[in-house]
Amino acid sequence: MLKKEGEIRIPSGCAISGIIDKKRNRFNGSDIIKSIALMHDRSNGLGGGFAGYGIYPQYKDFFALHIFYDNETIKHKTEDFLNAHFEIESAGNIPTRKVSSIANKPLIWRYFVQPRIYKVKDLCMDEKEFTARCVIRINREFDGAYVFSSGKNMGAFKGVGYPEDIGDFFMLENYEGYIWTAHGRFPTNTPGWWGGAHPFTMLDWSIVHNGEISSYDANRRFVEMYGYNCALQTDTEVITYLLDLLVRKHNLPIEKALQILVAPFWNEIEKENPEKAKELKALRTVYASALINGPFSILVGYEDGLIALNDRIKLRSMVMAEKGNKTFFASEESAIRVICPEPENIYHPAGGEPIVVKLEAKI
Amino acid sequence: MSISLITPQFEVLRDEKKCIQCKVCVKQCANEVHRYDEEDNVVLADDAKCVNCHRCVVLCPTKALKIRNNSLEFRDNANWNGKAINEIFIQAETGGILLSSMGNPKPFPIYWDKMLLNASQVTNPSIDPLREPMETKVMIGRKPKKLEFDKKGKLITEIPPQIELNMPIMFSAMSYGSISKNAHEALARAAEKLGIVYNTGEGGLHKDFYKYGKNTIVQVASGRFGVHLNYLEAGVAIEIKMGQGAKPGIGGHLPGIKVGEDVSATRMIPVGADAISPAPHHDIYSIEDLSQLIFSLKEATNYKKPVLVKIAAVNNVAAIASGIARAGADAIIIDGFRGGTGAAPTRVRDNVGIPIELALAAVDQRLRDEGIRNEVSIVCAGSVRNSSDIVKAIALGADAVYIGSAALIAIGCHMCHSCSTGKCNWGIATQEAELVKRLNPDLAYQKLVNLLSAWNHEIKEMLGGMGINAIDSLRGNRLMLRGVGLNQKELDILGIKHAGE
Amino acid sequence: MKKVYAFEKNCLGCGLCEVYCKTAHSKSKDIIKTYRKENITSAIVIEEILSPKAKTYFALQCRHCADPKCVKACISGAMYKDQNGIVKNIKEKCVGCLSCVLVCPFGAVKRNKDKERKIISKCDLCIETGTPACVENCPNNALKLMDEEEVK
Repeated sequence: MLKKEGEIRIPSGCAISGIIDKKRNRFNGSDIIKSIALMHDRSNGLGGGFAGYGIYPQYKDFFALHIFYDNETIKHKTEDFLNAHFEIESAGNIPTRKVSSIANKPLIWRYFVQPRIYKVKDLCMDEKEFTARCVIRINREFDGAYVFSSGKNMGAFKGVGYPEDIGDFFMLENYEGYIWTAHGRFPTNTPGWWGGAHPFTMLDWSIVHNGEISSYDANRRFVEMYGYNCALQTDTEVITYLLDLLVRKHNLPIEKALQILVAPFWNEIEKENPEKAKELKALRTVYASALINGPFSILVGYEDGLIALNDRIKLRSMVMAEKGNKTFFASEESAIRVICPEPENIYHPAGGEPIVVKLEAKI
Repeated sequence: MSISLITPQFEVLRDEKKCIQCKVCVKQCANEVHRYDEEDNVVLADDAKCVNCHRCVVLCPTKALKIRNNSLEFRDNANWNGKAINEIFIQAETGGILLSSMGNPKPFPIYWDKMLLNASQVTNPSIDPLREPMETKVMIGRKPKKLEFDKKGKLITEIPPQIELNMPIMFSAMSYGSISKNAHEALARAAEKLGIVYNTGEGGLHKDFYKYGKNTIVQVASGRFGVHLNYLEAGVAIEIKMGQGAKPGIGGHLPGIKVGEDVSATRMIPVGADAISPAPHHDIYSIEDLSQLIFSLKEATNYKKPVLVKIAAVNNVAAIASGIARAGADAIIIDGFRGGTGAAPTRVRDNVGIPIELALAAVDQRLRDEGIRNEVSIVCAGSVRNSSDIVKAIALGADAVYIGSAALIAIGCHMCHSCSTGKCNWGIATQEAELVKRLNPDLAYQKLVNLLSAWNHEIKEMLGGMGINAIDSLRGNRLMLRGVGLNQKELDILGIKHAGE
Repeated sequence: MKKVYAFEKNCLGCGLCEVYCKTAHSKSKDIIKTYRKENITSAIVIEEILSPKAKTYFALQCRHCADPKCVKACISGAMYKDQNGIVKNIKEKCVGCLSCVLVCPFGAVKRNKDKERKIISKCDLCIETGTPACVENCPNNALKLMDEEEVK
């Protein structure tokens, strides 16, 4: 029998696409589906998914847990756990429509929750850390249950199939958000497990990724020292945890965190002015094991915006363009032009050049 | 006086058709194996004195010489083989402990040779180091738990002192005394040229070599020879030697005959006095004592030098390493039982300690389990033979490696295991002036530079093959390794999968 | 001009320079044949000095003097200084009077060992091959072909 993610490491190639409106104007999921659909040939029907930010304004103060269940038994068991740890504001099926190409769907549920305050206080942690730990625990210990989205005012939608079919299945035209990312997957070996599709998420972080990082085990063994458990053995999982560790736990500014993940080469560091060189050297020295190596282009959604990142020598394609308040990213320029026929400022970010598009502050 | 039962270990074979009686062999053998008989115009050999160092073989202009193991055989017996019998003869005659040099030569598993490396195919491109940047620089030293920036984004965390290495290789500790001044000069100059470091060993630092301070690690060992303030401040780091892979639990002994004026001045001991390093440091009987010495040395050098601690790989190495990390060491050196030495009791060399590969894997995993691996560097020592050993060591979890034997081989050592006699025909492990001069530092230094430049190229090729362009991404990246012919327990300790998995 | 300089701190006294000097000046150019069948005098000689501490060796050969006494002393015109400054001896002209041996302040000119014809033997720098044979084959870089300025 084929092993699923978590039991074996599965390399895959992919397509990615992302759109952000920095003025926080919300738009529905049709464009992102159209964009990723154009790159149909970059995936093989074994995984597709989306992440949307700003999609749950009415529940923006609640963690939105999206969960796959294999059966009712594990659902009841998991819900007992959820009840013990969270106040559940709302629970229900995630609405889907029948799509002929999508088969073997699990039970797909959504809960808007708040951690039980006394539990959070008991453990002397903040509510994010508490929620993160609960999510990790469910994913590790509740066989047949998998939390695939856990942020606030954001959500991931993914499954086994071509991305455009997955988008159709989840009826994304009914959601409106100010950031959307999408992913089409070309795994080399997978039985097709819904949890294994992208995006991978952790609290507000969502990552879609095209590539195969060769530093995987160095990165994994590094983050696992800090309480993470790379249960899925996927690149996106470990990259998400690295970002979570650096930004949330170690409190580093996002720009510094990115300079760790795609650190400048030593000879470039030497060319900087002494103060900057000292800082970059410190980042590389202390966080050497968080350097991501091997080919990748990723889009990272988080509460403040959208980040695009390439490996240091640009071994995967990535294009960006702008139009009005919107910035577009995609593996191929055509995937931008299909939804934005006259883009401006088309740019190919250089290897190791992070692009951070921040949302303007909430009014 | 009775007859000696000891028979020669080697046979010197001379091809009379080729011998031109030029007497080069006669002049070059410090053991006086060869002699010229004028009456018969023939060069003869005394096999019993031969240590098989190949000096005569290499210098013979007509290649007329060969050295072979003595073909004299005892009756077949897997248990009482010739070696076992001869050792008894020797001890029965001398009444002393058996002495040997270099590392454990027994056929214990060499795990480097049972691990294979990965390479990229299709899903992930390999990288050509001739066309793309490829980084092998490493920083050895303590790392803070995390970095902090102020509100303006300015770094406020001070990084403790680091040793910057252009490649993850250092020359391991070999004292002036155990090896010659010319050998030291070659190591120091090569380290400077390559942007790495060499290590003084426990013999102090010769006054001529202070100028190589930026490329020097000074060692403090149980004998405390040659330790003074200038010495501590001379290098980029200080290493406390607690143990040595070749002879765990055993001290050192430099015979007085090797303590000439220069060695005497450098070690700060009288000319001709035996230099005895005790087995333990007599001010370190436990981990808290070690911590005190670490901080004494840091205090003495104003916290400007990393303090490294070297231990032999023994049964409980992971727990000991963890203790050392918590005691404040900036780096831990783990030395395996195949690591070399100038002299060790044979029984200790051959039977004490554990393979470096298992020790390294265990230490790295233990420090990770405790969440402190990133704060301290790990250096792997004890018979790293080539660049692929280095790549495997780093993939198992080392930050860098120490090479000793390999460096000496590069400058002429032929592994004859006779360092303790002080008659090294290659001018390396000797203090006799006419032997020392045989090692021309100009030539020897260039050989070391060549060797490590070649290794660094090879490391880059292998990294590129794996789709990695910085050595940082190899460290602890055990998915890049696969075992062959290993049992499950071995695979578990090494933390790797079997080939095909 | 470039000359062979001997660095005694590196000289092992192994004598390989002598072996290769003889071979380079042999007819056969083969070490074994040179020793077995030809009787050649090496133009470089290792002198062994027994000083109180340790043996020192010194490789001795023609210094190719600026104002060579051997050339002045030569009665047959066999010894001359060529346009490159190399002091050479024309075997055909040499009469074997040994005047040059007497006047050489270094003892670098020797009588040959050939019993049939007594002539002298000295270093010709054999530079035509690129590097003199003794320099090429010195195992410890104790012999170097250098300009006078480089030595200083």
